[in-house]
Parts: sequence; structure tokens; C-alpha cells
Amino acid sequence: MKPSPLTARSASLISCHSCHQLSKAVPPGKKFATFCPRCGARLHSRKPDSIARTWALVIAAFIFYIPANVLPITNVISFGKAQADTIMSGVIYFIQSGSWPIALVIFVASVFVPLMKLFLLSFLLISVQRKSQWRPKDRTRLYRITEAVGRWSMTDIYVVTILVALVKLGSLATIEAGPGAVFFAGVVIITMFAAMSFDPRLIWDAQESNNEC
Amino acid sequence: MKSLIACHECDLLHQIQSLPSGGSAHCVRCGAALYRHRQNSLDRVLALTVAGLILFIIANIYPFLTFRLEAQIQQTNLLTGVIELYQQGMWIIAGVVLITTIVMPLLQLIGMLFILVPIKLQRRPWKLAILFRTVRRFRPWGMTEVFMIGILVAVVKLVKMASIIPGTALYSFLVLIFVLAAAAVALDPHVVWKQLD
Repeated sequence: MKPSPLTARSASLISCHSCHQLSKAVPPGKKFATFCPRCGARLHSRKPDSIARTWALVIAAFIFYIPANVLPITNVISFGKAQADTIMSGVIYFIQSGSWPIALVIFVASVFVPLMKLFLLSFLLISVQRKSQWRPKDRTRLYRITEAVGRWSMTDIYVVTILVALVKLGSLATIEAGPGAVFFAGVVIITMFAAMSFDPRLIWDAQESNNEC
Repeated sequence: MKSLIACHECDLLHQIQSLPSGGSAHCVRCGAALYRHRQNSLDRVLALTVAGLILFIIANIYPFLTFRLEAQIQQTNLLTGVIELYQQGMWIIAGVVLITTIVMPLLQLIGMLFILVPIKLQRRPWKLAILFRTVRRFRPWGMTEVFMIGILVAVVKLVKMASIIPGTALYSFLVLIFVLAAAAVALDPHVVWKQLD
């Protein structure tokens, strides 16, 4: 059996989440908040209520994902006729008009990435809750991808912003943002918070507790 | 305790070692980047921050994109989309776009200036550490490079129905993205933290 590797927690130290300065942990049982002597951030050995908070945000994002894709994100009003576009109809429009690289960018950023993030975070949460021993290094890597890729989903919101700003030709053609955009922005922001509230150290804690017994 | 660092992704303790110029240290267990060495980190970041602020001002003054369909001309600047969304009642989207493309990048630039100038002048004003912590914390919410992809997609979408004329602000914004990326790479946060210790 391998000896348990020396982590900050097993050495009774707390690494500051913000500046990575190590401080001595308050002995268990005493309940008062401690702050990093260098940067003043509140000290936690692990992110507080990481699993519960991340689950709450993941479920909220799953719920928002449905109206984000069903409701129109833009309304094009041309000669009194209104045409509503959802995210997918935008992708299909680009495929049909031949600019498939753009279709791919929108599909990946707006449909694939948010959904992949939600499934990856759910998978990581379940694996941590089950104290899984399966490839902790790769799971940490998955978490890193989830955290890095999230902001790119905002692309579609910016596309809508530019379209709305440029196409204001009165009765000829006007583009308005639709209700789907609000939900979509919600999905992007909530999943970013979800990735931030997940603590990858929990993946490694399961390895250590297994070594001890 | 000063010579140790814990991996921020798996909590494993490491001895801090001096790195060769341009080198970076990774966690032996999970592979996360722990710390890095950058030559003249603070000077470079300061120079890039000043350049970034100038580009930011240009990007906000000059026309951004111009849309021309026969006789109709629609000139926009960086804020037009935000204002238009707000007037359509989409104030949530307007707020999100305003914060992620204008407020956050500006706060990052001004914040870094407020941190680096006193350090350069060997001064330690009150609560500098809190400011740096706040700047680091809000970093993921500045999305200038994502905004650029959005512009690209929108332009491709419109280019078939009208002519789109790029303005000075667009070029300035494009350079700003590279300057911000270079500043992010040049910064070794541990150097700043050590200065603030």
C-alpha cells in the first residue's frame, strides 16, 4: 500500500484560494472564520459546500438550456414581416448558405460546449460523490477544460449584439434580440459559476481516504 | 511555510524551487501549473497595461463598424449594441455585454495600473492586496477575445446583404486583445504577491 501523499490539509495547512499563501489551519472544533494574512481572502481548506453548490448551478443551467434553445434569440423584422430565429435555425441557415465554418463555430460555442460542460460537471460530481478511484489525473484535466472553455459560449450573445447594432434600417429591416438570448446568457453565466464552485481537490481527497483504510 | 506551495487543484505540497528564465513549475501529481518565472514580469505587464489603456480609449471613441446598404448608412461604436439592446427592453443582455466587454477589461487595466505603479515606486499603499485579489478574481469575466469571434460571425452573416466597413476602433480593439493576452502571459502573480507580503 502506498503511503498517503503529503497534502496541505494533511499537514494542517490551508492554501489561500486567491494568493496561494499557506497558513496554519484552525484546529477542528473551533468555529470562526480565518483570513489570509497576505491578501485578506477568507481561508477554506476546500471550497465551501462545493458539491451542493455545483449541483444546484448545474441543474439550474440544465433548466435554462431548454428555453435558450427553444425560444428565438433574434427577431428579424423586414417589411412588416417578422422572422424568429433560434440558435439551431441560425446554424442551419449558415450550413444552407454555404458558410459551414461559421455554422461550426456557432454550433460548437452555443450548443455543444454548454451541454458538454454540464455533462462533464455532472460526471465529475457523481464520481466525487461515489469516491471514485478512476483516473484522477484525467478527471482533473477534464475539469481544467470545463473551466477554460466556458467563456467562449458567450459568442452568440455578442453576435446578437452586433446584429442589433448594425441592422436598424427602419421598416426595411430591423433585428431585435429575442427572449432566448436572455436564457442563453443565463446558461453561460451559471455554468461559469458552476465550474468555479467545483473543487478539483475533492477528486484527490477520495484517493487519499482510500489509501488510509 | 514560505518555501512551500500547495497545488491549487489537488492540494499536494511542493518545495518552491528557483526556475530558469521563462520556465514554469507543474504539480507532479495532477500536472496543474504552479508558478512560473518571467523576466522583468512587472515592467512588461506595466508597459502592456499602458498600451492597453490607450487602445481601449481609441476603441471607445472612433467608429467601430459601419453598415451600408445602398443609400442607408448605419455607423456604430462599441457601445451602440449595448444601448440598442437596452432600448429594446433587453437590459439583462445589455448589462452582460457591457460588463464583459467594456467594464471588466477596463477595470482589469486600471486595477493593474494602480497595483504596478506603486510597486515600481517602492510604495505600499493601503489595501493594495485586496485590489489585486479582486482584479484576479474578476479576470474570467473580461471577454474581449470572445467578443471578437462574435463580431466575425456577425460580419459574415451580414456581408451578403450589405457592405460592412471596419472602423479605427475595430482595429484598435483587435490589437487590444493581443495586448491583453500578452499581459496575462507576462504576469507572474506570485511576484506581485511577494511584493505585497
